[in-house]
Order: sequence, then C-alpha cells, then structure tokens
Amino acid sequence: MSMRLPTGGRLTDRSYRMEFTFNGKRMTGYAGDTLASALLANDQLLMGRSFKYHRPRGPVASGAEEPNALVNLGKGDRFEPNQRATTTELFNGLTATSQNHWPSLEADIGALNTHLSRVLPAGFYYKMFMYPRAFWKHVYEPFIRQSAGLGKAPDAESRDADSYEHFYHFTDVLVVGGGVAGLMAAKTAAQSGAKVLLLEQSAHWGGRAPVDGGTIGGQSPEDWTDATLAELQAMPNVTLRSRTMGAGVYDHGYALGYERLTDHAPEAPGPRHRLWRIRAKQIVTATGAIERPLSFAGNDIPGVMLASAMRDYLVNWGVSIGDRTVVVTNNDDAYRTAIALKKAGLDVPAIIDARSYGGGALMAEARAMGIRVEQGRGVAKVLGGKRVTGVAVCNQLGEGAVLDEIACDAVAMSGGWSPVVHLWSHCGGKLDWDEAGAFFRPRAGAAPTDADGKPFVSVAGAADGHMTLAGLLQDAAETGAAAATAAGFDAAQTVAPEAEEVAEKPLEPVWLMPQGARYDLRMKAWLDYQNDVKVSDVQLAAREGYESVEHTKRYTTLGMATDQGKLSNINGLATLSNALGESIPQVGTTTFRPPYTPISMGAIAGEAHGALFQPVRQTPIHAWHEENGAHWEPVGQWRRPYCYPKGEEDHAQAVIREVKAVRQSLGLLDASTLGKIIVKGPDAGRFLDMLYTNMMSTLKPGKCRYGLMCSENGFLIDDGVVARIDEDTFLCHTTTGGAESIHAHMEEWLQTEWWDWQVYTANVTEQFAQIAVVGPKARMLLEKLGGMNVSKEALPFMAWKDGTLGGFPVRVYRISFSGELSYEIATPAGHGRALWDLLCARGAEWNITPYGTEALHVLRAEKGFIMIGDETDGTVIPQDLGLNWAISKKKVDYLGKRAQAWPHMTDPARWKLVGLLTEDSSVLPEGAYAVADGTNANGQRNTQGRVTSTYFSPTLGRGIAMGLVLNGPDRMGEVIEFTHIEGFTVPARIVDPVFYDPEGEKQNV
Amino acid sequence: MSEPVSALRRARYAGFVTVEEAGLQGMVQIRGDLSSDAFTSAVSDAAGVPMPGLREASLDGRNGLLWMSPDELMLLCPYPEADRAMARLQATLSDTHHLALNVSDARAMFTLQGNGVRDVLAKLAPVDMAPDAFRPGMLRRTRLAQVAAAFWLRSDTQAEVICFRSVAPYMMELLSTAARPGSAVGLHGG
Repeated sequence: MSMRLPTGGRLTDRSYRMEFTFNGKRMTGYAGDTLASALLANDQLLMGRSFKYHRPRGPVASGAEEPNALVNLGKGDRFEPNQRATTTELFNGLTATSQNHWPSLEADIGALNTHLSRVLPAGFYYKMFMYPRAFWKHVYEPFIRQSAGLGKAPDAESRDADSYEHFYHFTDVLVVGGGVAGLMAAKTAAQSGAKVLLLEQSAHWGGRAPVDGGTIGGQSPEDWTDATLAELQAMPNVTLRSRTMGAGVYDHGYALGYERLTDHAPEAPGPRHRLWRIRAKQIVTATGAIERPLSFAGNDIPGVMLASAMRDYLVNWGVSIGDRTVVVTNNDDAYRTAIALKKAGLDVPAIIDARSYGGGALMAEARAMGIRVEQGRGVAKVLGGKRVTGVAVCNQLGEGAVLDEIACDAVAMSGGWSPVVHLWSHCGGKLDWDEAGAFFRPRAGAAPTDADGKPFVSVAGAADGHMTLAGLLQDAAETGAAAATAAGFDAAQTVAPEAEEVAEKPLEPVWLMPQGARYDLRMKAWLDYQNDVKVSDVQLAAREGYESVEHTKRYTTLGMATDQGKLSNINGLATLSNALGESIPQVGTTTFRPPYTPISMGAIAGEAHGALFQPVRQTPIHAWHEENGAHWEPVGQWRRPYCYPKGEEDHAQAVIREVKAVRQSLGLLDASTLGKIIVKGPDAGRFLDMLYTNMMSTLKPGKCRYGLMCSENGFLIDDGVVARIDEDTFLCHTTTGGAESIHAHMEEWLQTEWWDWQVYTANVTEQFAQIAVVGPKARMLLEKLGGMNVSKEALPFMAWKDGTLGGFPVRVYRISFSGELSYEIATPAGHGRALWDLLCARGAEWNITPYGTEALHVLRAEKGFIMIGDETDGTVIPQDLGLNWAISKKKVDYLGKRAQAWPHMTDPARWKLVGLLTEDSSVLPEGAYAVADGTNANGQRNTQGRVTSTYFSPTLGRGIAMGLVLNGPDRMGEVIEFTHIEGFTVPARIVDPVFYDPEGEKQNV
Repeated sequence: MSEPVSALRRARYAGFVTVEEAGLQGMVQIRGDLSSDAFTSAVSDAAGVPMPGLREASLDGRNGLLWMSPDELMLLCPYPEADRAMARLQATLSDTHHLALNVSDARAMFTLQGNGVRDVLAKLAPVDMAPDAFRPGMLRRTRLAQVAAAFWLRSDTQAEVICFRSVAPYMMELLSTAARPGSAVGLHGG
C-alpha cells in the first residue's frame, strides 16, 4: 500500500494538518502536500480512469507532466474539471472527485472496453462509425459522448466566482524555470545589471536537484538554492515569481506567464490567476527534463510509476508508493530511487537493468546495500489489476518468455530523460537528435529569431541536454551571461561553482521491453496513458500507411490528451520510426504549441467579464433613459433607447405611441451618438468635395447640406448633414457607427494621398450632447425656452445658428430626419442632461414624448429616407438608391466616381430602390426576396429583388417597406411576390418610396 | 446659466490605490506644425507652460500641454478658461494653418493616488511602467484594457488618466477593479 512514512518530506510541515475529501471520503494531509501526495499518503493510489478503456489509473509522475491523476476540483461556481492532482497544492477543505467512471471509481462498467481492446484498436472509431452515414448523428455520436471524455463540464448556470487579471511586464532577460539551472542563469544575467524576471511554475525553487543530490560549491543543492535565491532577492534588478509558469513564447520576445495566486488558498483576497504579458529582449528557458516511461506490458497498472516521481514522493513528501518496489531501468539514474527507498527502510527486491553492461558507481552502491541487480533483463509484464502484485522478468533481447516472477507492490521505471524543449520550440527553435542521450535537444544556431534575424531564445541546463549537475550549471552560467550580453549588457565571463556527483554509465535506448515483445504484450504496453494509445496502435498505424508523425498522432490520438504527450511523445515516435524502419530524427516530432500546460479561460479573459466584459458607451443622457425604462438597442458600443415602454405597453405599442406623438405634437430624441467631425483648413472645401459625392465647397457658412460618402470602389459607406461653420471650417455629421471609421477614412486620405493639403480633422462626437426636438410644436417649445430667434426667417430649414436656449449654450441645426419640423440642438456634454430635463419639463404641455431608435427608423422610412446599413450593405451605390440628385455632375472627381462608371455599376439591371406596399396592408418580412420565374443553376428559385426596410407605419396604419427591385423605378404599380418564411408568398405593389408628405411641406414650416 | 457636470461627478474608489474622477477639466485640442516656432510659442504662451517633448506632459498645476501626436497637442487649463485660451491661440495664429477646439466636455479625467499607481496601470496598458522607463512628466497615448486612453505621472505616486466621456463608467470600473485590495502586484512599489 502507499502510505506516509514516519519521517521525511522536505516540503511538508507535519505540524499543520489539512482536511480534504476525495469522492466524499474525508482524508487528511499536511501543509506542503500536493493533492497527489496527500491521496497517496491515504493509500488512494487509484485516482481516475483512462479515456477510452476506462482502465484504472494512478499517478505515474509527480509534476506538470502527469497524464493520469486528473480530478474534478471544487464545487458549484468553483468547480473545475481535469485538474492535475500532482500540481494541485493541498489546502484545508479541498474537495475533489475522480473522473470518467460510472457508477464508481472502483467498479466501472466502461472498463469492459479493456476486454474489447482487441476490437478497439487505433482508428477504430474512424473505421466503424463512417457507415451508415445517418447513424453518426443519432447512434454513434450520442454513444461516444456518453462514454468518452474526462472531467465533467461545469454546470451551464454556474458563474466563475473568482477574478482574474493581466499584467504587462518588460524585462531584459526572462528566465523560465527556477531549478538550479534557472537560478544560475538568472544570477549571471543579473550580475550584468540587466533586468531579469525569473519564473518558476511550482511553489518551490531548486527544481529536482535537492531530490537528486550531489553538491554545488561544497553545499547541498538545497542550501545552494536558498543562498542563491537570497542573493537574487537582494538584487533590485531581479523579479522572482514562483507559482508562475512560463506558458508560451511568441514572436518578438513576447511571452506569457501564468501566475496561480490563490489556487492554494482559495479564501485569500485578490485575483485567482494573473496572466503576465511579457516583453523580453532575451528569453532563457531552463525548463529541465522529464523522465520517460518504459514500454512494457502492464506499464499502466496503478503502482507503476516513474522512478524520479517515486523518489520525489519519498523525499519531498515522505510518502512511499509500496513496501516492495522493483526498479526497471535502462540508465543509472533510476538506481538513485532504489538507493533512496532502501535507505528509507523500504524493500527493493530487484533492479531490472535492460543494459547487459549494467550501471556504474550507483549500481555498485546498490549491490553493496544488498539489492539484487539483474543485467540485460526486462519486464515481460506487470502482474495485477487495480494495482501491482508483481513483475514477470524476461530477457530484454527476447520475446518475453518469463524467467522469473518477483512479488512487489510497486514498480519504478526509467526510460531515460527528455529535455523540456517546448518553450524553445514554440516560436520555431529547431531540434537535434542526441544519439548518446536518446533525446531531442535544441539545435545550436537554430534558435527562434527576432525581427532583426537575431536569436532571442536560448536554453540552459537539462533543457539543453546537459544531464550532469556540473555540466548543466556551467551551461546555465554561460547561457545567462550570453543572454544579458545579447540584451545589450556587459556580462562578465562566469564560471559556475564546482559540482560533484557520481559518474554514470551511458544509457541504452529501450523503446520496447522486451525488444521482441509478442503482440499480446505490445497491446498492453502503454505509450499514452490518458488517451489509451499503445505500442500496438502506433505499429498498426504505420502498417496502414501513416508515415507522418503528425498524421499518426491524429489517427491514434497519441499525445492529443490534456498532457499533450509530455510522457508519450518520444516513446511514440521512436515506436513509429522503428515500425517504419526509419531513424528517429527522420520521423521528427509533432509540433510544440503553447501553452505548456493548460491555463485557465479566466486568465485569458483577465478583467473582461461581468461589468467589464465590453465597454458600453453612454451618452450624457444615458441615466435618464435608464431611469425611464428604456429598452436598449446596442449600436456599435453605444446603448441607445429602442423605445420607452410605458405601463403595460409592449415594444410595438410603445413605438406606435412615440411615432404618433412626433407626427402630431412633439418628440424628443437623444442624437448624441451621431458622429461629429470638424474639418478645418484652407483646403477643407476641396477635401470635402473629394469625400462627398455632392458639392460641399459651395455651401455657405451658416447652412447645412446632406451628403453621401463612398469608398473608392464606389459603394455608399456613410451619409449625414454637413454644416459650414466658417470659411475654413466644416462640421460633418456621420452615422453613429461611422464616427470613428469615417474619421480614420479622412485621416488616411489626408496622410497618404493628399498630405500636402492644408486640412486638419478632429472627432468631436463626444464634446456635445445632441438633442432632436421634433414635431409640429417644436418651435413653440424652443420659443418658450427663449434666448434666440428660431423662427422660419431667422433659422430656415437646412440652416444652423449659435445662441442660447433656456440659459444653455447651444448650436441649433434646422435639419430633419423625420419629415417634421425639427431642431437638433447641440450643447456641451456637461450640460446635456440638464438641457434634456428642461426640454422634458417645458414640453409637458405638448405631451413631449422621448422616442427611441425604432420610432426614428419608422419616421425616416415613412419619408423614404435611406439608412446606412439597411438600404446599404457594402454592395450598393448611391445610383441604386435613386440618389442621383446628391451626386455632383460638375465635379471632376470624388472618391468612388471612377468606380461608379464601371460597366457593372452602370448596368441597368442593377436592382434599384422602390417603395413596397403589400396588397393586404401587412408588414413584409425583413430581408424577404422577390421571386421571379424559373430556377438558377443550383435549382434555387430566381429572384428579382429584396426588402431592405420594412415597418408598420402608425401614420398610415399599414405596413410599408423599401426594397431593391430589378428595374423597380420603371415598374410602378406592378405587383410582385415576396417570400415568407412559412412557405407562401406575399404580393406587394411597387410604389414611390416616399410614403409621407412627398412635397416636404411639414419639415419646412 | 446651467452649471455643467463632469461624467461621473467625482466618483471615488479607495483600493490599494485611490481612484477618483477628477471633475471638470479644461482641454483644448490643438493641431498644427510642431516644427514651427511661431506655432509652438503661441501654444506655449496660451498654455502658460513650456512645450512638452515627444511623449511628454508639461504641467504646472491645472495648466499643461500634452504631446499627443507629431502634429497634435492638448492644452490643459481650468474648465472655465478653455474658451479664452482657445480664443487667445486663434487670435495669435490667425494667419497660421492650425486647429484649436474646446473639447473639455468630450473627455473624462481620473486621478490615481498611491504607491501602487504603476502596478494598476501595468495591469491595463501595454506600457513599461518601471520607474526607470516611465518617469513623471512622461505621457503615453495607449489603451487601458479595451478603450483608448492617455496617461501621465505627476509623481511616482500620482497618475492622471484621460479617456472619452462615453466610457467614463467603464474606466471607473476598470481602474477600481485593478486597484482592488489584495490584487497589488508588488512590483513597482505597490
């Protein structure tokens, strides 16, 4: 059984007990435990089930590379699936449940799949579920969804209870990894004066060195780590962050750090995760190495663990995995585990060393301790079901004939070490195959490069393939200094402290154990534990013609689980290369993509959730709308009132009331969102003549003119009223959505094409609150406010004037988008709300009625005014809309003029704007098409037009619409049929688009 | 005459940094040829402060000049004086092509006070806030989270932020969230 030993555990504090539950069972651990170490201390070796076969799974590793020990963590709004027990720090009150099992972890029905594994090989799903086609949706997919998957998705109604944030950081040198190599590299880089940021993903510094032993400068690795950390902490140019993973490296020295602030203390205030968005001149990855499993039958049975992980549990947390541990290895490092276990008083019945030549000094030490060492031997298979009961020993060079069986309850395996090259590779760093170490290591001279073609990533220590303490420290010292130099600092040549450790014999690559294992053994030899990919699956893929490692990955799902193949990658591609008869470097690796381990969605979102999900732009009168029950419509990032329902009114009734009030008496509209752009300079008139289709330079100061703006391709992009302020100055109104883009459009032309014209522009949209006072009583209200002459003579239609109204400084425009007598009053935004309130109060005698965007739309549609975005969609030119009157014939040029002369643009068959009245007075459906005879090449019904705007007109008491129709203006009075979503067609008569006051008398009183 | 109001009427939040909407602030947007001595001396006279350098804020109490772009400056003054400052400038530059507009109502201004001002801004803006990289008197036109903004430091413990008036509520919520107790990063004296 796995258990807590009476002593030991350099990271645990046995004076502080913590309570937690696993599958509802109460357990205790110590401060400093991970969830994995605490579960193991409670003899909870079984932590989950695998993805495909539902095989029982215990932890195989002790850190970020763990594929098996994934749990559902937390409850309710803090529930999170697929959390690695090995990197989850224990806290008081932690609740975890196991995943992917039914009905329980111990008795799982899905585990039947394991007995079906002969008929569930790689590609089974692809082959099986192709036919019959209709079965996929109704039979196969629901079945697979039920049986597959790991953790549960959080409840759809739950809301993340935590907060998250981003943090921008700039540094000369970023060092990722706080092991001895990272500390060493950070130190030499920092000694040059460079700003250094050092990130460590775990809560502890020093990495593996304190567990693995040796001496650094005469000190234990632990003491050296503490001393070096203290030195770094004392340097003002060094920033140290533990619990912060270097998640990804991107172009131009950009890197992401993932800081887990309160995962280990959920009740602490502050954000849970912080995403560091780092710009570094140089990045040093000191990310260490990961031990590889060995591929032998039954290597997934709980109790089989990486040798280094077993050592970690023993030394770091004082936890043993079993009483009798067999060690299986192809290298010397695993002997450290045997020796450590023996020293802790545990039994090591045998070390099975695949190498015929055995190990070096460590082997001698183990033998001297009385441990049996079997050279040239392998594990034929592990015995046991939900946990190990023994191993069958065979010749490594054979097929798996059993020579001996050794009873044990744990197996420590080591297939050698692979440098963690992920961050080096994220941005394009190349790899070389190292024959001696049997691993991929960063290729010297093939680093990711910056905008100047210079390397900006370097690798230090074990991540660079330096597997001895002395070697990795020297490499790290040099790499840190070189990074500082590349960042522009003068780094002294640094010599690393002397390190001592025992000499090791070379590893012998073992990709299958035994090397000639029979099929029944190969199909129990796991490569990818989480996704259930075995040696036999990869070999099958090769036989079926999958030669590319990327294709094999996707076919077998090797390395596609949440651990992204940290343990399985090298073993898998070595298996593939053997099956293909190619060398490992020929086969190559799959692509390493960020993040290194999954990061939370919350960290990516940062502060952008809840009230900060998206900025909402508010006019100065926004609060009044809110207080008066406005139903909101998003318009760009603005919120505008759609209508103001009163009492029991629905929205349609409110709109009818609002429209009638405007037509009959007095309405009020918050038009503040309309764009207002000042264009000033000696060439302003000439500039506007180029921007608008009509002539603006002839406009007199004090007057307004409606104008159309087109793109250089001729399409209508915006419209609005231009007011000439003085000889040099114009104010251009744009649509609400067009303010920023039209301003940018103006600046682009000024800066790139007409850079020598004397024109300045400024977007003053937000300087003013703009209020439209609309309706037959509008003038009476303004006269009641007093302060300026607003008579027809003093302020005629399409004129503007500065003055005061009711004590407010205003600029009043006599313009109308409704067809009624209308004044748009602009006042500095700080006065906006007060002016609105005053208008409401003084207008009460005429039942002044604030109206929203829908009434605005109905009013303009009754008048046949077009709306950008309704009548236009990026393919419509002004000529299509019958706006030829607003296109100057005199001007030599304007933006869009040339394009509008293209044959396609002058084609008489272009659909043109008309009004549409249904025969039964109903409202045409939005976007409905007018059908024509026959069908097109795709068998679809031919069309001859479409609806662009359609409303119920309260003024006319019937539906009205505008639309683009083939030869429309020539077909007045003709009835055509429009589609309806329910299958029938609706007849509508083609009419003039101006439904109300065609002479324009009402607005010109 | 009605009294104008600022976007948030001096809303205030006390976190590890104190965030306050600064109330009404006179602002005149000025565009012109920054390489012309006639133009820059007129602007400097109108503002009562020296010309700022590239990406700098030249400040004297409530008066100041902000470098906004290679052809744009922002004049700061007490709110009631903006029209006068603009008129003075227009009179001096009557024969020089330029633009001067009172935009005092178009924007909102916030003050941040406390040791952690650099940390608060570094959570929201892609700007190097290290004391040796961003010093008092420097200015950045950038973004804070999802909205355009400009900011500068008056001292190592006081920053000022301007943004468009329509997003003042968003900015207040944003700065307050970044200044929430327990969220100090502790990197730049927070």
